Amino acid sequence: MSKYYLNYLEELESEAIFVLREVAAQFRNPVILFSGGKDSIVVTHLARKAFYPAKFPFALMHVDTGHNFPETMEFRDQLIQELGANLIVGSVQEAIDKGRVVEEKGRNASRNVLQITALLDTIESNQIDCAIGGGRRDEEKARAKERFFSHRDDFGQWDPKNQRPELWNLFNGKHFQGEHFRVFPISNWTEMDVWNYILKENIAIPSLYFAHEREVIWRNNSWIPVSEHLNMDERDSPVTKKIRFRTLGDITITGGIESEADTLEKIVEEVAAMRQTERGNRADDKRSESSMEDRKREGYF
Amino acid sequence: MIGNYAEKMSIENNQLLRISTAGSVDDGKSTLIGRLLYDSKSIFEDQLEAIETTTKRKGREGIDLALFTDGLRDEREQGITIDVAYRYFTTPKRKFIIADTPGHIQYTRNMVTGASTANVAIILVDARNGVIEQTRRHSYIASLLQIPHVIVCVNKMDLVDWKEDRFLDIQQQYEGILSKMSIKDVRYIPISALEGDNVVNRSENMSWYQGAPLLHTLETLHISSDLNKIDTRFPVQTIIRPQTDKFHDYRGYAGRLESGILRKGDEVVALPSGFNSRIKSIDTFDGTFEEAFAPMSITITLEDDIDISRGDMIVRKNNQPNQVQEFDAMICWLNSSPARPRGKYTIRHTTNEQKSMITEVVYKMDINSLERNSEATEIKTNDICRIKLKTTKPLMIDEYRDNRATGSFILIDDGTNETVAAGMIIS
Repeated sequence: MSKYYLNYLEELESEAIFVLREVAAQFRNPVILFSGGKDSIVVTHLARKAFYPAKFPFALMHVDTGHNFPETMEFRDQLIQELGANLIVGSVQEAIDKGRVVEEKGRNASRNVLQITALLDTIESNQIDCAIGGGRRDEEKARAKERFFSHRDDFGQWDPKNQRPELWNLFNGKHFQGEHFRVFPISNWTEMDVWNYILKENIAIPSLYFAHEREVIWRNNSWIPVSEHLNMDERDSPVTKKIRFRTLGDITITGGIESEADTLEKIVEEVAAMRQTERGNRADDKRSESSMEDRKREGYF
Repeated sequence: MIGNYAEKMSIENNQLLRISTAGSVDDGKSTLIGRLLYDSKSIFEDQLEAIETTTKRKGREGIDLALFTDGLRDEREQGITIDVAYRYFTTPKRKFIIADTPGHIQYTRNMVTGASTANVAIILVDARNGVIEQTRRHSYIASLLQIPHVIVCVNKMDLVDWKEDRFLDIQQQYEGILSKMSIKDVRYIPISALEGDNVVNRSENMSWYQGAPLLHTLETLHISSDLNKIDTRFPVQTIIRPQTDKFHDYRGYAGRLESGILRKGDEVVALPSGFNSRIKSIDTFDGTFEEAFAPMSITITLEDDIDISRGDMIVRKNNQPNQVQEFDAMICWLNSSPARPRGKYTIRHTTNEQKSMITEVVYKMDINSLERNSEATEIKTNDICRIKLKTTKPLMIDEYRDNRATGSFILIDDGTNETVAAGMIIS
């Protein structure tokens, strides 16, 4: 080793590992919020590195809208087995069946907002005091204000104007009974950083991220996959396209982009040349200028 | 192939630079950040479209660069920055994080927060107004938080006809206030954020300026030597005990090396116990290392079986921090409730936590005039004071100016669990 400095990717990794170790030290029952998307996969990978050679110390929690890509579920179950970790599922379908939430109606109906109730109910019933997420500050303007250690009151709500100051690397996770924290170890990463890291570490990700042929419809400026969960009518005309997904979420609202990138190297190249933000293909963020902030205040990821 | 190679190379040598800025709407701070993002092509098309729509809705022309930095709804509605917002951009040479904070005195605590991790502070001076109260305030915070580099951007040069005299005059004014501060490296750049002169591209209007534009300066600033490489400090975060067949007796100490270098075989001492041992191994998921340096996150094992837990610190035998229970510190009060006289607070220093009490307010700093008021006894929101602090057990401290990690602390109110103060240890 001739140089005595870290490059930015190494520094971001070291920072994230530091944050994850602080979580293990400061909380009694922390979980990783696992969506099957690349960000939560990277956080899971970092947690594995942070505690090596000890056993993976966190359970994975999946908030299941019931509208999943089958590939994501398969990936999730395989990873759980590999890690020897516990899986906790918060089910939106169950919340609907129990009458905790009411399903939206119409062509653009989405279970996105319903996830908040399923998430908070599961946090409460499992007495989770910290939920680690893959949120990044570069994703969205409300997320740009997020702390590494973000306090949630006993209603699970975020109060963006009254956040705890966070200085140096001194993270304060103290909380009262019933409150919890959201912790974001990769706050300082950008989409490009995540992809470069996946490439560098050769981290396995769902096949959906690679270019593949799929039946899709053009809606809200992106290619929405045809699935049993999608509400379609005569205005929609399905076509087969070679696409890939930049983010993964609810199958009814996650749009793909046309792409030929079928290897990690090609994806990194493609992302570097990209002129649209990744959330531009997410219908959930397009409802209003402050839709993310509003959902976050209520307790969203 | 060439593309891939270039990409890899750029990660290899690419360092992270953390920038802090402070300012209010009129300074052109948001415009400057917008300009940096826009001219370095870090803005995406959909973001640009959203900004164009908003600009139009407000009845203005073109693109209002300042809108790129707006965050929360209240801020958009009121046109102010309340909190710290973080912005990211990357060039082939570096990755940048900007901590963007409001500049008014009522947001001192936000400025302190943004400054705490910064490598460089950008101080904006309006060319028409010169050095004003706010310039002193921002500079004092940069000095207090020991940001290694300060770049004074003399902005709105277009409004003073791009005159060199004006720039030199302001430079002289600024050197006048520097004598009251401890800032190691100061540079001056004449810019126009609105027009883009000397931000990313060299100004054609100010050929008299021989220095580099702002972005180039940020890309080439030498920061490797800012980190303390002498005083090895390893605060223990958590203990790694796999208790598996393969790692049956493994006991590793996980943490981040906050400063200095550690090598296999080094003689070390665990504090506060004072037990000596040697580094047996430096472990990571990626393999075992012969040496590690700050700020690496590592796990170390020792030759001897000694009792070490979270909050302890592993250091070199011949280079140890001070172990004290009473010390002086500068603090910035962050909470909306004032400090309780002789109040007890939990102090969080590295990974260590103890009870503490503020025993005396030595003076309060007026950060506008830079005068000390030694009559003050009350500590309120945004106040910056020198205090005396007493802890129930010894802390392993260094002076903040020598070591940001082992010289800093926060105070936590046990009644609310809130972080109420940020502190920098003097002695």
